[in-house]
Amino acid sequence: MSMIPENLRYTKTHEWVKEEDGLSVVGLTDFAQSELGDIVFVNLPEVGDEVVAGESFADVESVKAVAEVISPVSGVVAEINEELMDKPEMINEAPYDAWFIRISDVTDTENLLDAAEYSDFCEEE
Amino acid sequence: MKLLFERSRTGRAMNLLPDCDVPEVSFDESLLRSSAPRLPELSEVDLDRHYTALSKETYGVNSGFYPLGSCTMKYNPRVNEAMASLPGFTELHPLQDPATTQGALELLHTAGKYICEITGMDDMTFQPAAGAHGEYTGLLLIRRYHQLRGDLEKRTKILVPDSAHGTNPASAVMAGFTVVSVPSNAEGGVDLDALRAAAGEDTAGLMLTNPNTLGLFDPNILEITKIVHEAGGLCYYDGANLNAVMGHARPGDMGFDCVHVNLHKTFSTPHGGGGPGSGPVGCKAFLSDYLPSPQVREDNGVYSLYDPSESVGKVRSFQGNFLVVVRAMTYLFSLGGEGLTEASSTAVLNANYMMHRLSKSYEIAYPGICMHEFVMDLKKLKDETGISAMDVAKRLLDFGIHPPTMYFPLIVHEALMLEPTETESRETLDDACDLFLEIAKEARENPEILHSAPNTRTVGRPDEVSAARNPILRYPFE
Repeated sequence: MSMIPENLRYTKTHEWVKEEDGLSVVGLTDFAQSELGDIVFVNLPEVGDEVVAGESFADVESVKAVAEVISPVSGVVAEINEELMDKPEMINEAPYDAWFIRISDVTDTENLLDAAEYSDFCEEE
Repeated sequence: MKLLFERSRTGRAMNLLPDCDVPEVSFDESLLRSSAPRLPELSEVDLDRHYTALSKETYGVNSGFYPLGSCTMKYNPRVNEAMASLPGFTELHPLQDPATTQGALELLHTAGKYICEITGMDDMTFQPAAGAHGEYTGLLLIRRYHQLRGDLEKRTKILVPDSAHGTNPASAVMAGFTVVSVPSNAEGGVDLDALRAAAGEDTAGLMLTNPNTLGLFDPNILEITKIVHEAGGLCYYDGANLNAVMGHARPGDMGFDCVHVNLHKTFSTPHGGGGPGSGPVGCKAFLSDYLPSPQVREDNGVYSLYDPSESVGKVRSFQGNFLVVVRAMTYLFSLGGEGLTEASSTAVLNANYMMHRLSKSYEIAYPGICMHEFVMDLKKLKDETGISAMDVAKRLLDFGIHPPTMYFPLIVHEALMLEPTETESRETLDDACDLFLEIAKEARENPEILHSAPNTRTVGRPDEVSAARNPILRYPFE
């Protein structure tokens, strides 16, 4: 059973999001990293890029496949986690610490799930 | 096996060049490298032995069973090679006066006619050098169509089902479009409601493989192409899986406007590292003027080259991989219409035979009748025994079988995708099925042997994660 912290919100495409200092912080869930297997490469956007809710902003590559990471919100990339590019294994080791980007100027948000709803959703997957 | 660099001895190079008898020219200092390249130095016989040893480590369809799903690894008949080495084909130059190359032009023209007949298209180009190159070329035709109608600014999106080959979205992006992924329905076909919701004024076209990568023929195909046409988009057929339907169904009749076929899959020309490939693109007459230039035409028995009036330009030099077309033409002549139809029937029969036998021990992702290939879902096996699709694939190497396609299509998480092709005998299929069933038994009784497989090959199980995260790409000179 995968870890699903209570204090985060989730998407049906397996991203987590939390509010911190007025920014939306986004990463991949434990369920996602476990389905993908060992992640070997991360492609991140640049600071200042616009992201759109429901559209891809990054991709991750595992030994099995390449997967897109979908933005839960629309806004502007304020910060990227450059450490992930050198150490993609951080996503496997601690998915909820391995944030991808922080987003400012958030205008639109996808329908997000709370921990209980996301847990039910993962059961069905 | 030692690397060439490890066999190298200074001074043992094969310098057999004569003295220079032409004037020497000196280049600007900035264009010259500062030190000589550190190339290995070996005698010819040592070099020869190195590559011969490597060649003995390879595996091809001539070595054994090769059920690599969606790749159609059928046998390449020897007669194809005999025809492709005729001096009338090999001792030509594409810049010769067409009056002296009539035979070659006739072959291209005839091959185009035949493949148009098989696919239900009106015209064909042989320039694209592979399947994905064909996709790109087909999308350029679609792009040109919208451009000349003044519609290109608004029609920017290509619809691609989530079971598609990865090359489809990649080609669409290369051709300047954005990709909209269309989900599959519970039966593995295109979700019609999702397609209706996605199709609209911004739709440039749809890319579809039918049968799809699950080995399923989409029963709604006519409705699918109608939805896209009514939205003003065009329909592109990825011919990767044409081997299932030759002589039975034609993309042109399903509503597709352009197609590519893979000569190196469906039409028995060499594949994989050998190649080269060939991905001819066919289109309906209303797209003919946009085809790459030059095209071959025939007037009163005389063949000539011409540039289509609104051509997208060249996508490759001259006529593409011409000798590959000679091989494919040989195959077309060898089998004829009846033979090609039977080849597809047998490919479908072989896949269903294997699927039926393997369903006793493996879960089939979408049970029912399959086309030329089928997908097994090993998720349950993994949950119960810890044995993954990867472990089963690696274990097959111990028995001298090339593994099926793994972890594709992406919508099946522990996928093994098998395509036996029509050229395998009942005995080969039975032997392979016995092995798959034996490995399923091992998964429950002796899982350790699967985790460590392959156990009998020159190279064991590579550490794929380290290889991807910390690849060593250069020889570490001292």
